[in-house]
Amino acid sequence: MERSLFARQPSVLIFIALLAVFTIVMVILSEGFGLGLVSTSTIKILGKTLCLCLVAIAMDLVWGYCGILSLGHFAFFGLGGYMIGMWLMYERTKDIVIASLAGGELPPTSEEVREAIGSQIFGVVGGSDIPAIWYFADSLYAQLALVVLVPGLLALVFGWLAFRSRVTGVYLSILTQAMTLALSLYLFQNDSGLRGNNGLSGLQNIPGLTEVPQSVVSVWFFLASALALGLGYVVAAWVVSGKFGNVIRAIRDDEARIRFMGYPVEAYKLVVFTLTAVIAAIAGALYYPQAGIINPAEIAPIASIYLAVWVAIGGRGRLYGAVIGAATVSLLSSWFTGGQVPSIPLGFYTVNWVDWWQVLLGLGFVLVTLFAPKGIGGLFDRLVRKDAAS
Amino acid sequence: MSALLEVTSISVSFDGFKAINNLSFEIGGQELRAIIGPNGAGKTTFMDIVTGKTRPDEGRVRFGEPQLDLLRLSESQIARAGVGRKFQRPTVFEAQSVRDNLTMALSNDRLPFAVLGYKANKEDGARVAALADEIGLSEELDRTAGELSHGQKQWLEIGMLLAQDPQLLLVDEPAAGMTLGEREHTTDLLRRAAETRAVVVVEHDMEFVRRLDCKVTVLHEGSVLAEGSLDHVTANSDVIDVYLGR
Repeated sequence: MERSLFARQPSVLIFIALLAVFTIVMVILSEGFGLGLVSTSTIKILGKTLCLCLVAIAMDLVWGYCGILSLGHFAFFGLGGYMIGMWLMYERTKDIVIASLAGGELPPTSEEVREAIGSQIFGVVGGSDIPAIWYFADSLYAQLALVVLVPGLLALVFGWLAFRSRVTGVYLSILTQAMTLALSLYLFQNDSGLRGNNGLSGLQNIPGLTEVPQSVVSVWFFLASALALGLGYVVAAWVVSGKFGNVIRAIRDDEARIRFMGYPVEAYKLVVFTLTAVIAAIAGALYYPQAGIINPAEIAPIASIYLAVWVAIGGRGRLYGAVIGAATVSLLSSWFTGGQVPSIPLGFYTVNWVDWWQVLLGLGFVLVTLFAPKGIGGLFDRLVRKDAAS
Repeated sequence: MSALLEVTSISVSFDGFKAINNLSFEIGGQELRAIIGPNGAGKTTFMDIVTGKTRPDEGRVRFGEPQLDLLRLSESQIARAGVGRKFQRPTVFEAQSVRDNLTMALSNDRLPFAVLGYKANKEDGARVAALADEIGLSEELDRTAGELSHGQKQWLEIGMLLAQDPQLLLVDEPAAGMTLGEREHTTDLLRRAAETRAVVVVEHDMEFVRRLDCKVTVLHEGSVLAEGSLDHVTANSDVIDVYLGR
């Protein structure tokens, strides 16, 4: 009776195979492990793109499948980054502080070390005390647990309040925008305990691995991101392919009807909202060590809107659509804004792609909405169906 | 025999308009009942109250054995307690197959984590096949529900309700937009369903109600105007007044 996951979701095998080939080829071409044809900075961009694909899958689950247009999932992504960033920054600063104090006659007391770390990290916001929220910052495992727990709990509490009050549709979208805006404004404050608008930086340096060159570290993170994306894809495919997937699609299509069938709609929404928040947080925790810096601007409301745009362009309700959308748009974006595309002088006006890329993206979004409402993934479906028909 | 559903003097008003006015209603365990009444008589509001969509301003709604106070339960809890509802417009999940629609409706555990771990099995497959046979959709199991004809969608929805195995089935205008042949099939389905459970049918169409051949409750301005066989109520002068105008 029960067919395997791969039979129900053939795209899983294809996706995993493509991802594996892509990953292996890139590692072979990388500076750190192979021929050196692909620069370290490119590997970082690709690794970050894989993380963005993962958060797009989360967005597709919550919006494309369950119909909850959350415009706040980048907040969870950012929080994941902050949680891992705390450990990275604390431990790295600790190494530096211990090295610089080692010259003294007496070995430094732990009190002195803490004080030095405090003024190193928080001097920039005019403090030297280590805030209470950094209590676990010296433990990698604790911070890894917080990567999941903090965004997960935030999503659980926020979702419980919102869904219980039957907030749906555009009102829920506005509420999620308010959440990410509030979080971002809070983090901008110097006394938020997370260095205000400076954010956390130097995250590309992995404590204890300072001897390892960035060309190698970047490949490690690239591999970890690919693994996380592959796992995330399989988990998402498993969630949407069974009866649970049918129920959440039914919630998307007719919430009242499925409620009268006896399904506790609010509980389902809460499960999906929280699960996707956790996936987003894990993606963020892998993204920011590759980006090197995180600050509150990252979780501005616009970031979550972009996330929805990626999924819409790629095609919602299809997991590969989310991946295609996120990869296409974010790679194009870093190409256009990276300064590699020559400006076009028109005599009276110079087309500067850093600015005009936004216009291009907006036009692209409008065109996709008008001519391919199911996104790029929907075009794929059309091709497949033509093949099957002929 | 005590009643399965006991509605006692409920009232509800929307912006001053009394949709339900001191309405009392009872139905037994295995009974087919038709509710008729002109537009605005409160038929749909009555269903909304029983299924938890609308809360009455006053009154009691008791259901089942041991008795449950339905006014304390949410929509999904009421559905799990054994009240099924079919809406006026056929509402099936059009993007999904007939089989998936029926499988979702089967009376299994409905909590998220239980459903996440759900595995298709022979028993459920057989139940779905039997239901499909009952509603005449055996050939259509793997079709997308959206491709079905209007009548087939209505049957699928009735099949989904039977799959829930409710003790009480509330059916809102099942014959609307059906051809004559489809109506006969629908009548059969409802009468068979009423052999093992209570079925309440809200209907405009007198011809259809006559074919159901059951006790009829006439609602008017939110309360019961008459009750009895169709011939009995249609002979009632109040009913004639309401339907034909004074």
